[in-house]
Amino acid sequence: MSDLKTGPGVDLDEFIEETISIYPAKVAKKRRGHMLVRDGGQEGLNQTINANARSVPGIITQRGCCYAGCKGVVIGPYGDMVHITHGPVGCGFYSWMTRRNLFRPGPDKKNYSQYCFSTDMQEHDIIFGGEKKLKQAIREAYETFRPNAISVHATCPVGLIGDDVAAVAREAEKELGVKVLAFNCEGYKGVSQSAGHHIANNRLFSDVVGTKDQAVEGYSVNVLGEYNIGGDAWEIERVLEKCGIKVAATFSGDGKYETMTYAHMASLNLVMCHRSINYLAEMMETKYGIPWAKVNFIGIRAMSKSLRKIAAFFDDPELTSRIEQVIAEEEKLALDGIAPYRARLEGKTAMLFVGGSRAHHYQDLLRDLGMIPVAAGYEFAHRDDYEGRQALKDIKLDADSRNIEELKVNPDPDRYRPRLSPEKLEQLEKDKVLKSYDGMLPDMPQGTLVVDDISHVELERLILTLKPDLLLSGIKDKYIIEKFGVPSKQLHNYDYSGPFAGYRGAVNFAGEIDMMINNPAWKLVSNPFKRKPLLQAGLGTDQ
Amino acid sequence: MTTRQALRVNPAKTCQPIGAMYAALGINRCLPHSHGSQGCCSYHRSHLTRHYKEPVMASTSSFTEGASVFGGSPNLRQSLKTIFQVYDPDVVAVHTTCLSETIGDDIPTIVKKAADDGIVPEGKWVIHASTPSYVGSHVTGFSNMVKGMASYFTRESSVKHKDQVNILPGYVEPSDMREIKGMVSEMGLKPLVFPDTSDVLDTPKTGEYHMYPRGGITVPDLMKTGSSLHTMALGQFSSLDAASYMDHKANVPFTLVDIPIGVKATDRFLQGIMDATGAEPTGSMLDDRGRLVDMMTDYQHYLYGKKVALWGDPDQVISLAEFLVSMGMKPVYLVTGTPGKVFEKRLTSITSDGNFEPVIAQNQDLFYLHQLIKNEPVDLLMGNTYGKYIARAEDIPFVRYGFPILDRAGHSYFPSVGYRGGMHLLSTIVNTILDRMDRDAPEERFELVL
Repeated sequence: MSDLKTGPGVDLDEFIEETISIYPAKVAKKRRGHMLVRDGGQEGLNQTINANARSVPGIITQRGCCYAGCKGVVIGPYGDMVHITHGPVGCGFYSWMTRRNLFRPGPDKKNYSQYCFSTDMQEHDIIFGGEKKLKQAIREAYETFRPNAISVHATCPVGLIGDDVAAVAREAEKELGVKVLAFNCEGYKGVSQSAGHHIANNRLFSDVVGTKDQAVEGYSVNVLGEYNIGGDAWEIERVLEKCGIKVAATFSGDGKYETMTYAHMASLNLVMCHRSINYLAEMMETKYGIPWAKVNFIGIRAMSKSLRKIAAFFDDPELTSRIEQVIAEEEKLALDGIAPYRARLEGKTAMLFVGGSRAHHYQDLLRDLGMIPVAAGYEFAHRDDYEGRQALKDIKLDADSRNIEELKVNPDPDRYRPRLSPEKLEQLEKDKVLKSYDGMLPDMPQGTLVVDDISHVELERLILTLKPDLLLSGIKDKYIIEKFGVPSKQLHNYDYSGPFAGYRGAVNFAGEIDMMINNPAWKLVSNPFKRKPLLQAGLGTDQ
Repeated sequence: MTTRQALRVNPAKTCQPIGAMYAALGINRCLPHSHGSQGCCSYHRSHLTRHYKEPVMASTSSFTEGASVFGGSPNLRQSLKTIFQVYDPDVVAVHTTCLSETIGDDIPTIVKKAADDGIVPEGKWVIHASTPSYVGSHVTGFSNMVKGMASYFTRESSVKHKDQVNILPGYVEPSDMREIKGMVSEMGLKPLVFPDTSDVLDTPKTGEYHMYPRGGITVPDLMKTGSSLHTMALGQFSSLDAASYMDHKANVPFTLVDIPIGVKATDRFLQGIMDATGAEPTGSMLDDRGRLVDMMTDYQHYLYGKKVALWGDPDQVISLAEFLVSMGMKPVYLVTGTPGKVFEKRLTSITSDGNFEPVIAQNQDLFYLHQLIKNEPVDLLMGNTYGKYIARAEDIPFVRYGFPILDRAGHSYFPSVGYRGGMHLLSTIVNTILDRMDRDAPEERFELVL
C-alpha cells in the first residue's frame, strides 16, 4: 500500500492489475512486465522491469522512430552542418527546429540550424531509385551553403528500395572535399528512437571523433548527451568554466563539427543522457582511454554532486577548492532563488513520463523544490537505465536490437592514452565516480510506481487515480493531461522556455512550475453554475 | 537565383498522412490509425498538437524491421483487435505511409479478412485512404481521406431532401468549419459538413477529458449524404475528388467553388447554395457582408498597392489572393509546395486585371520564395509559421495564415471564411501593417490617430 499523500487508499499493485485488464490477454501479459511498484524494503535492488521491447501495434504510445532518434535528437543539433533527409518530404519537415536545440555559430558564422533539407522523393524516385537525386542534392547543398560537413539520413522507403546512401556519401565526399556522413536510420529499425541514437553514435565515433589530433589544454571534459534545449548547455558550460574546467566538445547541443574531431584529446567524458550516448562514451574509453562519468546537471544538489565527481577525477587540491567555492556560491544563490517558490510547492506531487534520462534527472530538481515524484517512466530506455549498468549482463539481444550494428573497438595503438593509473582508476570505479550508473529505480522510494513506455490509457488512469499536482511529459500528452485540469510541462522542449540545467536553470524551473501549479486560471476550470442551476427542470423541455 | 534540381530547402508542404489524420479527426468517435512505423504517427500527432494546442489522438501499426520485410498485415490485425477492445471507437480511419505503400500492403483486403475473422466488431467501421508520402502533399492526403469517407459511407438514395446539402469545407480550421456550418444553417438548410473538426480540435476545458469529443460528423449523418440535394465542394485541391465521387456514386450533383475567403468567394459560395436549393442568405448575413466591404474601404489607404508574398496550401492561397486583389493589394509572389498546374492557371486569372506581374509557382519551397524577396522585396508576408525566418531576415511584417501555425494564438478559434471571417482576417492584416507603421515612425511622424 502506498503511503503517499496522493494515494490514500490506492493500492498500486491492484491499480496495475486493473489497468492491464483493459487489454486483450496477450497484450496484458506483455504490458504487465513494463510496470512495477517500487519495493524499497529489501537490501539492494532486486526488481527488474521489461524495457526496450516492441510496443504493441494499435497501442497509443509516446514513442517515435529510429530516424527521429538519429537526425532529430543526436545529429540535428550540429548547426554548422547541413543535414539532408533522404526521403519523402515529411520526415525532414517534422524534425525542422522542433527540438529547440539552440545553436550559436562559431567564428566562421556558419549556421544552418534554421534550415530544412530534403530530397523530397517522388514516386519516380521510389520506383527507379533515389541515389542520383541524393548525389545531386548533396552537390547542390555544398555549392549553395558551403557547410563544414554534411549528413545524410535515410528514411523508411530508402531502406526498402535499397539506395546505398553510404556509397553515395563516399563518392560525394571525394568529389566535393567535404565530410559527408551517411546514416542508415530508417524509421522501422529497432523498437523506438533509441535505435537511432546508437546508429548516430557509431558513425560519429568511426568517422569523426579522432580525425584531428589537436591538443586540448587544461582540465578538459566533453559533455555527452546534452542537447542544449533552451540553452541548458550554456548554463552547464558557464559553471564548468567558472570552476576552471574547459569543455572541449558538447555532443551535440550547440555542437560544431570541428570540436568533435579532436574530442578524443579531452581528459574526461561527462555523460548526461545515458541512454542516447553511452555507446560513444564506452567506445571512446576503449579506443582512446578517456574515462567517463555519469553526471546529472539537473537540480541544485545534483549539479553540485556532479561537480564533485569531476573534482574527484582530476584530484587536484587547487581545482577541488575552486569547485567547492563555486558550489558554495552558486548553491546559495540558487537556494535563495527557489526559496519563495519552494514555499508554495512543498509537498506537491508529480509524475514524469519522458525521454530516456530526463524522467530520472528531473526527480532531483523536483526534490530540491520539496515536491514528491510519485510515478515515473521512460519512453525508450533500456533496462540499464532503470536498473543500473549491472543489468547489462542480463540483457539478451533480441531480433530488434541485433539489427543495430555493434562496432568492434580496440585500443588505438598510437593514441590510446590512459588518463589515470590503474589503481586510481579502479578506486574511482569502486567509488562509483567512473563507469557507473545505478539507474532510476534505486532513487524511487517504496510505494512509487514505474511504468515503461506508458500508453495513453495507462496515463489516463494514473491521472484519475493518483491525481498528481503536476505531470511532466511531452507535446502529445500535454493537452490531454491539461484537459483534466492538471498542469503539464513538456520536458522535451521545456514549453519554449529554459534553461533548466545547472543552478540558474533550477531557479528558472522553479518559477515555471510555480506558475503552472499556482496560476489562478486553473481555478476557473470547474463549472461555477453547478451549485445553483439556472433553469428548473420540468418546463416542457427534455433538458 | 540558384536553380536546384534535387534539393528541397525549407519545404512549403508536408506529407500526405498528416492531412489524412486531420481529416479523420473530423468524424465523430473516430480514431485515426497510421499504418507504418511509429515515427510517422508520433510526428503527425506532435505537429497537429503544436498547431491546435489540443489533444490529437491516433494509433499506429508500430512497424519494426520484420513487418517491413514480411508485410504489415499481422500488425494491422493486431492493431484493430487492440484498438476496438481498448479505445472502442465507432470508426477506425486507416491511412498508409510511404513504408506500407512501398511494401504494397493492401489495406482493404487486410481489413476485409479481419472483419471476416471477427476482429472488427458488429456495427463498427474501418475506412481507409491510400496516402504515400512521396505523392502530392498534406493537402492531397486530406483530399484522399475525405474521398475515403464518401466512398465508405455515402449511400445511393432515390429520395433527395431539398433542404439538406453536403458541405466539403476543404482543408481549413475548426473555426472555419463552424462558421461555414453556421452560415448554411442560418439559410434554413441542414448542412452535412465533412470533415468537421469543430468541437474536436477546439474543445472547452472543464476538468474532464474525453477521448472522443462531441464534435465531428456522425456515421449516421455521413450515411445520409447520398440523400442530399446538392454538394458544395470548397477548394479544388481538397474537395473535388470526394464531390465528384458522390455525384458519380449517389447522383448528388455538386458545385465546386473556392474556399470562401473574402467577399467575392463568399458571394460565390452563397450563390451556389441559392442556385441549388433556392435558400437565400439572411438579412444579417448581408449586413455582415456590408460591414466587411465597409472595413475594406475604411482602411484602403493602408492596403492599396501593397505588395504581398503569399505561400501555403493551394486552395487557401487562391482564395486569399483574390481577397487581397479585391482590396487593391498586389500579391506578387504566390507559392505553394503542393504540385498541381491548376494553381498557376487559377491565380493567373485572378491576378490578370490587378495591374502587376505576379510570380506564381507550384511545387516550390520557401528558400526559392526568399530568393525572390531578396531580389525584389514586398511590404507584407502571409503564410504559415515557417516564414518567420524570412520575416526576420528581411524585416518584413508578417501575418500568419494557413497550416501549420506553431507560434501564434487564435487561428483555430477565429474564422477567416465568410463575411465575418473576412472581417477578422482583414483586421489582422491592417493591424499588422499599422503596428509596423508605429514602430517605424520617426518622432515627427508618430501620430495618434491612424
